[in-house]
Amino acid sequence: MTMRHSKNRRGRLALAPVLLAALAASASAWADAAPGATACTGCHGPAALGSAIPSLDGHAADDIVAQMQAFRSGERKATVMDRIARGFTEEETRAIAEWLAKPEAARHAQP
Amino acid sequence: MIVVGGGFAGASCARALKQLDRDLAVTLVEPETAYLACPFRNAVLAGLRGIEAQTFRYDQFGDIGLIRTRAVAVDAERRRVRLEDGTDIGYVRLVLAPGVDLRFDALPGYDEAAAAIMPHAWKAGAQTLLLRDQLAAMPDGGVVILSAPANPFRCPPGPYERASLIAHYLKTSKPRSKLIILDAKDAFSKQRLFEAAWQELYPGLIEWVPLSSGGRVTEVDPATRTLVTEFGSHKADVANVIPPQRAGRIAQSAGVADQTGWCPIDPVTFESRLQPAIHVVGDAAIGGAMPKSAFSANAQAKACAAAVAALVRERQPAQPKLINTCYSLVAPGYGISIAGVYQPRDGLLAEVEGAGGTSPLEAPLSVRELEAAYAEDWFRTITSEVFG
Ligand SMILES: Cc1cc2nc3c(=O)[nH]c(=O)nc-3n(C[C@H](O)[C@H](O)[C@H](O)COP(=O)(O)OP(=O)(O)OC[C@H]3O[C@@H](n4cnc5c(N)ncnc54)[C@H](O)[C@@H]3O)c2cc1C
Repeated sequence: MTMRHSKNRRGRLALAPVLLAALAASASAWADAAPGATACTGCHGPAALGSAIPSLDGHAADDIVAQMQAFRSGERKATVMDRIARGFTEEETRAIAEWLAKPEAARHAQP
Repeated sequence: MIVVGGGFAGASCARALKQLDRDLAVTLVEPETAYLACPFRNAVLAGLRGIEAQTFRYDQFGDIGLIRTRAVAVDAERRRVRLEDGTDIGYVRLVLAPGVDLRFDALPGYDEAAAAIMPHAWKAGAQTLLLRDQLAAMPDGGVVILSAPANPFRCPPGPYERASLIAHYLKTSKPRSKLIILDAKDAFSKQRLFEAAWQELYPGLIEWVPLSSGGRVTEVDPATRTLVTEFGSHKADVANVIPPQRAGRIAQSAGVADQTGWCPIDPVTFESRLQPAIHVVGDAAIGGAMPKSAFSANAQAKACAAAVAALVRERQPAQPKLINTCYSLVAPGYGISIAGVYQPRDGLLAEVEGAGGTSPLEAPLSVRELEAAYAEDWFRTITSEVFG
């Protein structure tokens, strides 16, 4: 699809059918991200960046849930994650963790 | 999909749209060839960091169409964006992310010419270096005045981080100098943490004048570097005037800004409350408790992209949940933060109760050191996510 070169096309009506057909075929794993999940990547980057903030790549969902519980209860000391973990319910945390743990989630932005 | 503005909000949104759907044609309209990031600018100002570390070129945008120009008008009815060269392009949905404009009409005496003498250094451009050079040229024993606007404005803790790092510079290079903050409000972000740190690190160097003590600047005279308040006037050797702000100009001409100057949005989709099929993210938007930060801009952009992708597929957009974390450096190796979690409530983005808050008031230096290191890592991660 080359909507980029669509200077002389007119708005939505002309485009919608083409667009919708293309969309149905190409929805990515990003589309199923649980609410809140995509906010994590602002701090937790790819392992290759070598940041002091750990990468979430390759973590199992159960592990992420357990860490979030420990942050929430204060059992695991933190600087900001304790404050953030308290904003998510058990259910929300589980959904985020399961999405983050999916290898096909393709979290790190590459257009 | 057209995205106007390639800052933390717009660039994040363009990228997220493409990541949500490879086949979605996404065009980013941005006049600059490189983005000059604001977070850590205050460290540049205090001579702790080079401006190169703030510069991100727009050359890692894959198959996102980049149009290197300014958008000058939007025809919401016909769904077209007019570009500076006179051409116009149609959209299915438009995302506006123009950031802020400084209100040169809001403070008598303060216009663009005055900003060349009393820099604001609150947007990309040469202003940060101008202010840095003025501080470097100031004799020891000089008075630096920083004026901060009323809420809402870009980066609520920003003026106080700036005051801290200028104080660090003065303490180490010009110890007989003084810094006065003239403030148009009586309380500010991370106030107790900043004040405790100032007392500890810069005793007697910073004087904060709140609104109730005559802190609101009502007029400036650039010729004499004088700032006038309701209670009297102050003459500065170096004056940093951070004026009131509003959403970037394109938001006004698109009809998505209201009488406050900001753009009201639906908290689920970020669609404008004033114009259909136009979404507003980042500093230009207003919709509840989220502060105007790069972190918020990035989080909003990703939530907006998800909603837009759902809407074009004629699906119900999911209720988003957003996070903000904002670090401030009080001195090299001394960081503090504020965090919040947000969700739609009563048509606004409201803070999730029981979550968020600031760093602890009493904490060992090791915690402050860790937060300073995290601040740097956050900046590296987010800029690589947004600009490649
Ligand atoms: C001194 C300072 C320190 C800060 N520190 C932090 C921090 O530590 N952490 C944090 O999270 N935030 C910080 N911020 C705030 C942060 O910089 C902003 O919140 C963030 O930049 C907002 O992103 P944005 O994309 O909405 O706007 P911007 O970053 O301003 O981007 C807007 C873009 O739109 C483009 N544009 C504007 N109009 C048009 C048009 N008509 N057509 C095409 N393009 C257009 C501009 O060229 C620009 O690239 C700080 C800000 C300042 C001033």
